[in-house]
Amino acid sequence: MSPTSLFRSRIFQFALIYLCLFGVTVGLIGWIVFDVAKESVSRQIEATIDAEITGLVEQYNQRGLPGLVEAIRRRATSADGSRGLYLLADKRNRVLAGNLDRWPDERTDAAGWVTFRLEFPESEGGGTNFGRARVLSGDGFNLLVGHDERERTWVQSTILWTLVGSLAATVTVALFGAVFMSRALSRRIDAITATSREIMAGDLSQRVPASGRGDEFDRLAANLNAMLDRIEALIAGIKQVSDNIAHDLRSPLARLRSRLEVALMEPPDAESYRVALEKTISEADHLLQTFNALLSIAQAEAGAPRRNFTQVDLSAGARDAAELYEPLAEEKGLSLIVEVAEGIRLQGDQHLLFQALVNLLDNAIKFSPEGGSITLTLRRQGARAALAVADQGPGIPEALRERALERFFRLEESRSTPGSGLGLSLVAAVARLHDGRIALEDNRPGLRAVLDLPLNDRQPKAARTRRASTAADAQPAAGLKPSSEAAS
Amino acid sequence: MRVLIVEDDKETAGYIAKGLKESGYSPTVATDGKEGLLMAASEDFDLAIVDRMLPGLDGLSLVETLRGTGKELPIVFLSAMGSVEERVKGLRGGADDYLVKPFAFSELLARIEVLLRRGSASGAETHLRVGDLELDLLSRSVRRGDKPIDLQPREFKILEYLMRNTGRVVTRVMLLENVWDYHFDPQTNVVDVHISRLRQKIDKDFDKPLLHTVRGAGYRLREPD
Repeated sequence: MSPTSLFRSRIFQFALIYLCLFGVTVGLIGWIVFDVAKESVSRQIEATIDAEITGLVEQYNQRGLPGLVEAIRRRATSADGSRGLYLLADKRNRVLAGNLDRWPDERTDAAGWVTFRLEFPESEGGGTNFGRARVLSGDGFNLLVGHDERERTWVQSTILWTLVGSLAATVTVALFGAVFMSRALSRRIDAITATSREIMAGDLSQRVPASGRGDEFDRLAANLNAMLDRIEALIAGIKQVSDNIAHDLRSPLARLRSRLEVALMEPPDAESYRVALEKTISEADHLLQTFNALLSIAQAEAGAPRRNFTQVDLSAGARDAAELYEPLAEEKGLSLIVEVAEGIRLQGDQHLLFQALVNLLDNAIKFSPEGGSITLTLRRQGARAALAVADQGPGIPEALRERALERFFRLEESRSTPGSGLGLSLVAAVARLHDGRIALEDNRPGLRAVLDLPLNDRQPKAARTRRASTAADAQPAAGLKPSSEAAS
Repeated sequence: MRVLIVEDDKETAGYIAKGLKESGYSPTVATDGKEGLLMAASEDFDLAIVDRMLPGLDGLSLVETLRGTGKELPIVFLSAMGSVEERVKGLRGGADDYLVKPFAFSELLARIEVLLRRGSASGAETHLRVGDLELDLLSRSVRRGDKPIDLQPREFKILEYLMRNTGRVVTRVMLLENVWDYHFDPQTNVVDVHISRLRQKIDKDFDKPLLHTVRGAGYRLREPD
């Protein structure tokens, strides 16, 4: 990462802002610590001075001025290490005893404290500093007891440098941290960016890599990948539809065209023209039907019609479908057995659900041998509905059941029966649209197609209340019927 | 009967016009939305066939504007957009029927005939009669001559729809939409079986059949000659 892009990195900017706030806070705390330490050292020195004065005053009270002079001399000679300052002078400030060579010129404050300049001899490192002392006036003498401030200065500067040092160390570490953090995060974001570039370039099989740590980035990657899977599946679906159209609509179109060509080649005759045209129309109708079925599947698969979902009474729909198909079954000598549980409702697309049900019944009737029976059952299984259509026809071999749900798939044996090979794929698409599935089972003998649909309520709240007032119990048998506007 | 066709595809418009002319209508073609609206608003047509997607002014706005001016002629939408949502939009916009492209001409013709009849007769009749076949909506009874005929509820509804459209072709899709209230595409002859059951009951034991099959189109209930 180049320095410019580093500064443009949002993460690095955040780290810098954080670093500034942190630095200011540490500085503030340091200043408080420094001030408190300075005060406490000063107070300690003053307390020491007061204690010494108390001691000297005691000496004076017991032994008079000679005692005081002797005490001061003793303390002054032993004072080197403890930095004590002592001076006893007469009223004209002539030195009587002590380790200062003259009375300081600086003025004392009201409480008798004075801060004064001190010159140090070369033996003690030289230089100047300040002394802090308290002045007492006695009977014919002045007494100064103090302490030099080199200790306090040393403590102060030690604290100060410690603080400055640690602040510098903190900033350095934090700066490195910020660079590291922004690089680490950028790497992961760059990975996502790189993947999306490749996808934009046309490689839809690319997936965002996950680190396996299960963090936010992994969750984001997982969601993006799920989205990509869905898009890839949709595109594959579209591709399959166009392939299907190319393969399975081209041949009937070619047939239609050659029939017309042949009719034109024959000697002109109104009757043979009519026959050719009628056959052409019926072929065109069949093509349209196939086309419509393909569109319905595409519509169901796109998932878009979910916004058309309404409360659908599956029980009433199943009864309607049975009623619609019963005469057809009877004509073929089949018995249609209907076992429908009451009051099974779900959120769905009523037209597509009915179309799916009708396709299953169409198939069952088409493939049933004469005298057989077809069973239509609808039951509730916990939070799911199971809608099953069972026949006693030839069934589908187990190995081919998956493929039977694909578009245009037809068993070799059924090539002669009419049909587009789209019926079951529409049922499968409708099942997927409703988060359900279609299972093809062995009915021994025959086929049992089970449409398994969850009864979950996915509608937004507003729609739910609206439903409650219109569809709830006012029209209990509304079934799969379209709303009045949709019917024409 | 004057029919306005608003359709930008000249070939489609031409073949609809030709078909209508042969069926005894006088069609006029407009090829864009604005022209269509102008003609529909200024001249007296008995019915309009309007494409949903038109240059100049789209079909939906055309119909909404036309209804806004108080014109009440029946309107059929033709559209390549066949989803339920689009149908609902079209019908709410003021159209009386909605036909999805591609369609069979016989389907269009049958719907036009039904719409034109709807304009002239009231749907409030409770006693319907075709030849010697009578249907009473109040007592829900059917008789032919002096012989009462016992019909299932669904057969009764089919017959009622056919009788209300006496003399006109009724297609299978129209029956599914109007009698069953479902809009779907049956792969089998499911409607035909219901019709043949009905035919058994109203025609079988009588000399003159009333219910006729129109090849390639649908069914027609007709007064005996």
